[in-house]
Amino acid sequence: MNQDPRLAPPVRRIIPRQAGTVVEPRSEPAPSAAAAVASAAQPAVEPGVQSGAWQDPVDMPAPPRAPTTTHSNVVERMRLESVWLAYGDRWVVRDVSLPVRQGEVLALIGASGSGKTTLLRSLNRLTEITAGAARAGHITLDGEEIDGLEANDLRRRISMVFQQPNPFPMSVFENVAYSLREERAARRRRRRAGLPGRGPRGDQLRASVVEALRRAGLYDEVGDDLDRPALGLSGGQQQRLCIARSLAAGPEVLLLDEPCSALDPISTATIEELIVGLRESVAVVIVTHNLQQAVRVADHVAFMHLGELVEYGPSQQIFEHPRQQRTRDYVSGAFG
Amino acid sequence: MEGALNATDSSTLGVSGARKPPATLRRSQRPRERLAGWPIADRVAWAACWVVGVGVSLVTAAIVLLMAVKGIAYLHPALLFEHPSAAVAQSQSGGFLDPIEGTLLLTAVGTAIAAPLGVAIAVWLHEYGRPAGLARATESAIEMTAGGPSVLFALFGLILFARPVLAFLSQTSAGGSVSGRSFLTAGAVSSLLALPLVVGATREALAQLPARLREASQALGKTRARTIRKVLLPSIRPGIAAGVVLGMGRIIGDTAIVIFVLGATLHLTPAGGLPGLSALRGEGTTLTAYVRYNSPAGEGLAPNKAYAAAFVLMLIVVALNFAVVRLGSGSRRKRPFARWRPARAGSAQ
Repeated sequence: MNQDPRLAPPVRRIIPRQAGTVVEPRSEPAPSAAAAVASAAQPAVEPGVQSGAWQDPVDMPAPPRAPTTTHSNVVERMRLESVWLAYGDRWVVRDVSLPVRQGEVLALIGASGSGKTTLLRSLNRLTEITAGAARAGHITLDGEEIDGLEANDLRRRISMVFQQPNPFPMSVFENVAYSLREERAARRRRRRAGLPGRGPRGDQLRASVVEALRRAGLYDEVGDDLDRPALGLSGGQQQRLCIARSLAAGPEVLLLDEPCSALDPISTATIEELIVGLRESVAVVIVTHNLQQAVRVADHVAFMHLGELVEYGPSQQIFEHPRQQRTRDYVSGAFG
Repeated sequence: MEGALNATDSSTLGVSGARKPPATLRRSQRPRERLAGWPIADRVAWAACWVVGVGVSLVTAAIVLLMAVKGIAYLHPALLFEHPSAAVAQSQSGGFLDPIEGTLLLTAVGTAIAAPLGVAIAVWLHEYGRPAGLARATESAIEMTAGGPSVLFALFGLILFARPVLAFLSQTSAGGSVSGRSFLTAGAVSSLLALPLVVGATREALAQLPARLREASQALGKTRARTIRKVLLPSIRPGIAAGVVLGMGRIIGDTAIVIFVLGATLHLTPAGGLPGLSALRGEGTTLTAYVRYNSPAGEGLAPNKAYAAAFVLMLIVVALNFAVVRLGSGSRRKRPFARWRPARAGSAQ
């Protein structure tokens, strides 16, 4: 459906920047307010902006490949290379390069409007359903360009949980079963790939639903009656249901967009525990405003400011020995 | 409030659950409005609201009461099961079985066309809206249909369905001319009356759905079509049902189309060989046409029957409304498609 150009929202594509060449972003130099703010915040790079020869604001080498976590089986699943994102003529993400690894949790931190959520949404091409959004740069999943994959297949592999719990107005069971049931087009693709065409059905479906609810730590609370309406659950339970729904499809990467911002501390603790438990089986990327949360769950942290990636590194380094002044200011609470 | 704090001593401050609940509870009540402090314009408006509200209620009550009194006075159970017959004496003009059947049949045909079509148009307009030009044109067309007088549609339908190409929808006389009058053709024309109401209600309901519902489904890798069919449409069933009820009301209440395109005959006149479907290709009548015919304004000379038929018409409308609304809301337990309620942070149950 998304492939049909008549039906898809008008997404203006920007030709990906070739390695070694510099393409001037369309709105740079821009008289827009955002650009003005950006350059004001960063007078040092202004000439570069003006000439179009954008330079990384930080001395960020290629993202470190050496395992910096204590876990043994850390595997790089996704890679972002100079990703630019714009809404209309306004750049909201500028030249971000990052690895996303399975076996650890990556937290994106930064003030409001720093482009965290937009960046997160671009990872499963959800930005494409927003009219006027555009992207440049390379994002790969296991070495494959995500633009080369079918959007719905991609979103099944890279699932997303939103800031507000958004269960469907159905029963708890149906919410999870919905993501397990394969639609016809997906069935065809699965068959072509040599997989069983249908999703699970009957007892198998039920088992899969229960399994997903267990993984999300919700089964003990709702297991007695899976037919209850999902909207009758508490906010924290709804959010865990949304996580269960995402997990049910067997994603390889899980994107969490401030999943706890609408929740109380107890629900938050439950979900954080869940996130840490998940990192072995899925690569987890979490956007958070809450620095304490980042400290608690993240193995690596990326600090973004006004669309730029200011600093990326192991959690401990970012919070205890940040290299950049702006990072230091942010994590110590000077702004944000 | 008194008593709530009196009994506290320092040892229990800041501790909960240890004490018994108070014996008396003061329930909060809506405070009485005091008009005295209002500006004069607001007071006038307040009075006007009451006058209009009470006035409309009185008029409606008067209609229902008149129909009930007159209707019940003249209604015999036999009238419901007897075919009407052409007779000058009121006592011999039979019942109105045929008009009742006709009303139900015409409404069923009209709704069966308008409901799916209206929902489909609304989904297309709201969820896709491309090509934009065609969508805008469709919107204007629907709006015009909503305001159009039914006699206009009736006339158009009569001319359209009398074309030889469309003869299969109605009957052809021995001379070869197509009548264009049947339940199918009248139902098709009637569906125009219901269509804008179904489209409007469905679009409105779709617009009320939060965007994150669509986002959530697409983030799970579901196509837009799947999202619409499995998430959006089930969520707006009450909205669709409301539109369908309004539409059915317009079909049931219309007389012009019945007279022009259905024939307003005394009896249903099945045509064609197919069992069960023959009535669809035949002409017939409905309760509205029957009421008009037998009322003092008509030629039937049986005003008592008109009152009784009008009463039955009213009952049918109420019953259909009730049935469709029930159908739309579904069983709350099994299909909790109640109105969308956003989750509040930390709210338990």
